Amino acid sequence: MDLTRLEINRRTALLTSAAIAANVINPMRAFAQETPRKGGVFNVHYGAEQRQLNPSIQASTGVYIISGKIQENLVDLDATGQPVGVLAESWEASPDGKTVTFKLRKGITWHDRKPFTSADVEFTAMNMWKKILNYGSTLQLFLTAVETPDAQTAIFKYERPMPLNLLLRALPDLGYVSAKHLYESGDIRQNPTNLAPVGTGPFKFVKYERGQYVIADRNENYWRPNAPYLDRIVWRVITDRSAAAAQMEAGELHYSPFSGLTLSDLARLSKDKRFIVSTKGNEGNARTNTLEFNFRRKELSDIRVRRAIAHAINVPFFIENFLGDFAKLGTGPIPSTSTDFYPGPNTPQYPYDKAKAAALLNEAGFKPGTGGTRFTLRLLPAPWGEDISLWSTFIQQSLGEIGIPVEIVRNDGGGFLKQVYDEHAFDLATGWHQYRNDPAVSTTVWYRSGQPKGAPWTNQWGWEDKNVDKTIDDAATEVDPAKRKALYAQFVKEVNTELPVWMPIEQIFVTTITAKARNHSNTPRWGSTSWHDLWLSA
Amino acid sequence: MRILSLAGRRLAASIPTLVLILIGVFLLLQFAPGDTVDAMMAQMGGGDAATAKELRKFYGLDLSIPAQLGNYLWRLVRLDLGFSSIYGKPVASVILERLPPTILLMTASLSFAFFFGLVFGVIAARGVNRWPDTLISTLGLIFYATPSFWFGLMAIVVFSVYLQWLPPGGFEDIGTVRTGIWRALDIASHLVLPTLTLGLIFLAIYLRIMRASMLEVLNLDYVRTARAKGLDETRVVTRHVLRNALLPMVTLIGLQAGTMLGGSVVVESVFSLPGLGRLAYESVVQRDLNTLLGIVFVSALLVITVNFVVDLIYARLDPRITAEG
Repeated sequence: MDLTRLEINRRTALLTSAAIAANVINPMRAFAQETPRKGGVFNVHYGAEQRQLNPSIQASTGVYIISGKIQENLVDLDATGQPVGVLAESWEASPDGKTVTFKLRKGITWHDRKPFTSADVEFTAMNMWKKILNYGSTLQLFLTAVETPDAQTAIFKYERPMPLNLLLRALPDLGYVSAKHLYESGDIRQNPTNLAPVGTGPFKFVKYERGQYVIADRNENYWRPNAPYLDRIVWRVITDRSAAAAQMEAGELHYSPFSGLTLSDLARLSKDKRFIVSTKGNEGNARTNTLEFNFRRKELSDIRVRRAIAHAINVPFFIENFLGDFAKLGTGPIPSTSTDFYPGPNTPQYPYDKAKAAALLNEAGFKPGTGGTRFTLRLLPAPWGEDISLWSTFIQQSLGEIGIPVEIVRNDGGGFLKQVYDEHAFDLATGWHQYRNDPAVSTTVWYRSGQPKGAPWTNQWGWEDKNVDKTIDDAATEVDPAKRKALYAQFVKEVNTELPVWMPIEQIFVTTITAKARNHSNTPRWGSTSWHDLWLSA
Repeated sequence: MRILSLAGRRLAASIPTLVLILIGVFLLLQFAPGDTVDAMMAQMGGGDAATAKELRKFYGLDLSIPAQLGNYLWRLVRLDLGFSSIYGKPVASVILERLPPTILLMTASLSFAFFFGLVFGVIAARGVNRWPDTLISTLGLIFYATPSFWFGLMAIVVFSVYLQWLPPGGFEDIGTVRTGIWRALDIASHLVLPTLTLGLIFLAIYLRIMRASMLEVLNLDYVRTARAKGLDETRVVTRHVLRNALLPMVTLIGLQAGTMLGGSVVVESVFSLPGLGRLAYESVVQRDLNTLLGIVFVSALLVITVNFVVDLIYARLDPRITAEG
């Protein structure tokens, strides 16, 4: 697929211009011959400031983009998406899946020169990941203890089997370690270190001016040899997306991560030789656009109506005309970038077919009344991005054509979550489902029944299916990777049949980065990683 | 003494207004769906219900609304603005950090708009219905009708991206550490574009007011007397007309000091300035009630102060006002 199409286009463009110059055969070879350059300041666009910066207690890209350079995780993903050790050197699971042993790297120190040991891992896991970290508290629900027989060994004990591939795919995001000696006294949430993070990473925190910038400098004692290359990273707080694009052009910014610019600016800068605009390096941050149905509306509790709505919307047309190269047709809750779990496109799908939609609605007993209206619906779009706003308008117009007038009700972030996931004051809702490399992390909660009222991004539809619940529960504790994959394929088939939530569009964040950057976008969650090998050419 | 009593009366009149505004904002924010914990969940991208409950207790959101309001007002009486949930520190210090850029930007834009509004207003009035007047009035109308975010972005594109004369945003250069006069110059260069953007819109209003009031005063009897006693036109304008024509302009400053605080949200966002406007916007989105009320409180104080100064200037420009007060 065309995940890297834009970049290929750029390289083709480079090749063409090189051919005109008639002296370079292959620009890629020119790259390979360059020797990494030490030094330089890397300026990063920081769009949304967070309340705190510690990734051990908050799993979000707004935190990783900064603290992922300062603090490190036990494992991360390599270029092919497979787990690779960072603070952990090796790992091993017991056959029953209830014990996972991590061997930690020797000779690592915190930025304040205190040694990093298994006690830090034990403290972080039990007090932060299990108790505070969003998604971590679900992942580590059955973690009973972390044993530390020596300073380099951390043994995770689980009450129920923990599939090793789940843990290893969740830990890149949910496995950042904090220093025990800085957090053991007082309330963790109120600890001042949260705004002046201390870690083991290649960059040391220097200064945070709220509303302006964050600065981190090279860690001279970093454990990887010859790393990092950069002298300094500066994150500039720029809330206006168009202004950020102008700052890229003025040379004040080198990198705007996670689709931080407007769709039109992305399209424009992708034609500019000074920049690379690509989805590469974001495969680990896939998301799907959703259409969420409230089963408390009797019309929507009828499966024929949900299917009719799906059939009435021309998704390929929408993608081609509004999202362009940055999105593709989705086939369910597990996106195609997830090579370990993607079940393929042969699950129940709902291609555009207006006649079929009308027939299904008639069959369900919702015949057109006066003015052709069958019934009306309220649609609540989430305010997370331009694409959701466009998508909600497209839904409104598509459903209008089959006799279902839709009223769009816009809210800001807090208001949207409250109305949809707590007060259930919606008929249709649309937003993003974030896929975090394993369906058990943040995907199955969209379908598993029994979610407490008010928990955002969970099954609040008033829908319950015993079969789906069982598949989800079985998969969460299945230790055999092949069986687990099969269970998730079955899960996708079941939820695509019942359609409590429809996930018809797949998207990956778009990166805009200076063409001078080297060793960038080389892992699936690159924006969040430590950038120990990133350098800037002269 | 007269000034002090004027100040006292002003202050006494503004306290009930202030309390009403604070209560109004507090209640208004209660109508918005979701609280600061929902906003935090939205920002984090997830969280479980147990954590949410714990956080609500921590922020004091588990109390009833009258109890929350009562707590807030009681704290305010003791001059305690409370604790900001997004910044994790006292509201007073959050606002204090953001105050200098806002005041700098506001003072610079107001001065710019006032000065050039005055000059162009006088020029337009003296050449009324001739080409300088038409040109100035047309330009004024264009500035007034253009949205400030567009002005700002275009200014960045022209002066920062193409010409590279001025920095595209931020309050000061982060790359190098400057002190003293160099730091002041650096901040000044960062403020040129925002000042122009914010000032141009107000400039249009000032020049129209100035033009109108000049034309009115120019037709008064005493101006004819001045001319009749043989003064040249420049002296007539500077010594006799200007002083009286300035009154409406000064009134306008008082009125617009408040607008400038609110109107700078857009300019602050476009130019990435850490000012009060953006802070207010973030507090609304994040449902950070304490910070928002703190900003309203401080802004109201600023507006009251500016209006007090305006009253003093009135008295200086037109002695009759003090005599009556």
